[in-house]
Amino acid sequence: MMLKIVLGVLLTAVIVFGFGLPMSPRPQAWYELPVIPGLEQKARIIFFHVPTAWLSVVAFLTSMVYAIQYLRKRDLRYDIRSSAAAGLGFMFCILATLTGAVWAKFNWGSYWNWDPRETSIFVLLLIYGAYFSLRSAVETEEKRATLSSAYSIIAAVTVPFFIFIMPRIMTGLHPGAKGDPEGAGPVVEFKMSPNMRVIFFSSLIAFTLLFYWMFTLRVRTAEVEAHHQQRG
Amino acid sequence: MSAGKSSARAFLRSAGSVFLKDWRSELRTRYAVSALLMFVVTTISIILFSLGSEGASPDALSGMLWVVVFFAAMSGLSRTFVMEEERGTTLTLQLLAPPGAVFFGKLLFNIVLVSGVNAVTVLLYAAFINGFVIRTMSIFIVTVGLASLGFAAAATVIAAIIARANTKGTLYPVLSFPIVLPLLLSVINATRMASEGAFFTEAAGEFQLLISYIVVVVVASSMLFEFIWKD
Amino acid sequence: MTHPLQLVGEGLRKEYDRRPVFRDVSFSVSAGETLLVTGRNGSGKSTLVKIICGVLTPGGGTLSFRQDGGVPPGEQRDLVGLVSPYLQMFEEFSAVENLSIAMGIRGLTFDAKAADVLLERVAIFPRRHDAVRTYSSGMKQRVKYAFALIHTPPVLVLDEPMSNLDAEGIAIVRGVMEEQRGRGILVVATNDLSDIGSYDRRVDLNERR
Repeated sequence: MMLKIVLGVLLTAVIVFGFGLPMSPRPQAWYELPVIPGLEQKARIIFFHVPTAWLSVVAFLTSMVYAIQYLRKRDLRYDIRSSAAAGLGFMFCILATLTGAVWAKFNWGSYWNWDPRETSIFVLLLIYGAYFSLRSAVETEEKRATLSSAYSIIAAVTVPFFIFIMPRIMTGLHPGAKGDPEGAGPVVEFKMSPNMRVIFFSSLIAFTLLFYWMFTLRVRTAEVEAHHQQRG
Repeated sequence: MSAGKSSARAFLRSAGSVFLKDWRSELRTRYAVSALLMFVVTTISIILFSLGSEGASPDALSGMLWVVVFFAAMSGLSRTFVMEEERGTTLTLQLLAPPGAVFFGKLLFNIVLVSGVNAVTVLLYAAFINGFVIRTMSIFIVTVGLASLGFAAAATVIAAIIARANTKGTLYPVLSFPIVLPLLLSVINATRMASEGAFFTEAAGEFQLLISYIVVVVVASSMLFEFIWKD
Repeated sequence: MTHPLQLVGEGLRKEYDRRPVFRDVSFSVSAGETLLVTGRNGSGKSTLVKIICGVLTPGGGTLSFRQDGGVPPGEQRDLVGLVSPYLQMFEEFSAVENLSIAMGIRGLTFDAKAADVLLERVAIFPRRHDAVRTYSSGMKQRVKYAFALIHTPPVLVLDEPMSNLDAEGIAIVRGVMEEQRGRGILVVATNDLSDIGSYDRRVDLNERR
């Protein structure tokens, strides 16, 4: 109960301040955000795009950890959690891709450019898609859990390679990609003023809590369903 | 009885026998090889016709070679597991061999199969596609070799997964593509280097990446295979 | 054999899609004894057979082979031979080749003479170099017996032992069963009690749902 209230307040604050606070060239008061040359109003998207991208990765890792646990213990409850996390990750990944495409259009002129980060989120989208296609192709629950766990682990193992190859091959459009050897950090490198940082990190926390809340809801629903199925 | 069976030797015998069985079966029926060769010939012909007299940039041609290879791999590398399911001999293999032996035996089969097909593909491609020029042959040869190992490694474990699921065909490329993508990008890059005439040492970074990819995928697959294979 | 072999199942259970096929199945068979597994179609006879052969993991309970201590799982594979309607041969190969493949994949040495003797015993000898694909269903069933016996397993598991067999085939199988009783453990899963002569232990899966 507390979680829902805190979450509601936090998210509302983030949305209100993120969109509402004015931007001025030389911010004086605490409620004024700096103007970042080249970005201006479009910078607001940082508060929403980056957290969704961040969460789609976190969800994937969570799903993989539960997948490993399922293979070790063979307890279907781990699989419920693994696929719940993956489902949310899929949703956040779609959101991240869309918000990213919108930003790309306004900033760089076209919706998609195959910049390293764009390509990475796209590959993550493909992995999620493949994961769910696989799940729908297997009939028995136990086999479905085993095969999809194995797939998410093998996919997770190849993702680091992707992160290392991409920046070497293509120059990046994303802020922070140039000169960044890893290009992996979700947090963008350009300077944020203290009040922007507050909103940004609050947003990150708020979205993470949102993920956690939705995750527990999905797990509870799935466990109730499974219980009913068992009863026959 | 199993007295006198030392485990490492027995394991190698096991894996080798799994490979030999698939190999001899393929020699008799020739399903995979002929279908694959026809696939490669057809695809290269299509590319030739669509390019017409225009041609394409060397970069584009390098990329397309690997598109042909990817789809050829998708046509052929799942056969080794799907065939056992179709013929009902998965249970037979489970009775005879430990999962590790099955995995390595079939991995070896796929390595041989994909190496052969890649060699033919590359030769046909080089012979018939104008504008595809390799200036540093050493880079290219190593790239094709490593690509074959990499494709075989990734494709084998995914083949095992889809063979145990219910719908075989369409799922295979869908599952394989994200896994194989780092490999594809790396070999396309290396091929571009070979095409432009870069020095062998310049491609060393790419080769390091390819080798570590192969190692990581083989190790992860061999650990996961037992879970995929056993009921 | 130094110490006699024992096959022990304790509290075995299996579910599919969270619905139990059977639970709380326990038994103990020793060398020289016969275990009979009965149950309606769908009661899980084949599932239990697969667990005994080590190709299916039980949802709960344990299956162990004991011979002067426990036999580690890695070595259990060669202790069992299986004949079953759903066990297929490598049909593109001949009977002899199938036996050779079986031994090769098991990591054991193939004795061609012993294989010929075995094929003679199951009345396949004249056609032993023809692809199994070309055999009649009765011949295929007999080849399965050769396949199951080529590595002289101490435990022989027969699921529907007489399926597809004519009188001659049935006689061969009865001989095989007698011989197995003499040297090891025999497990028979069937609903037709005339398949099996005597038995020492019984698991009836009808009561175990």
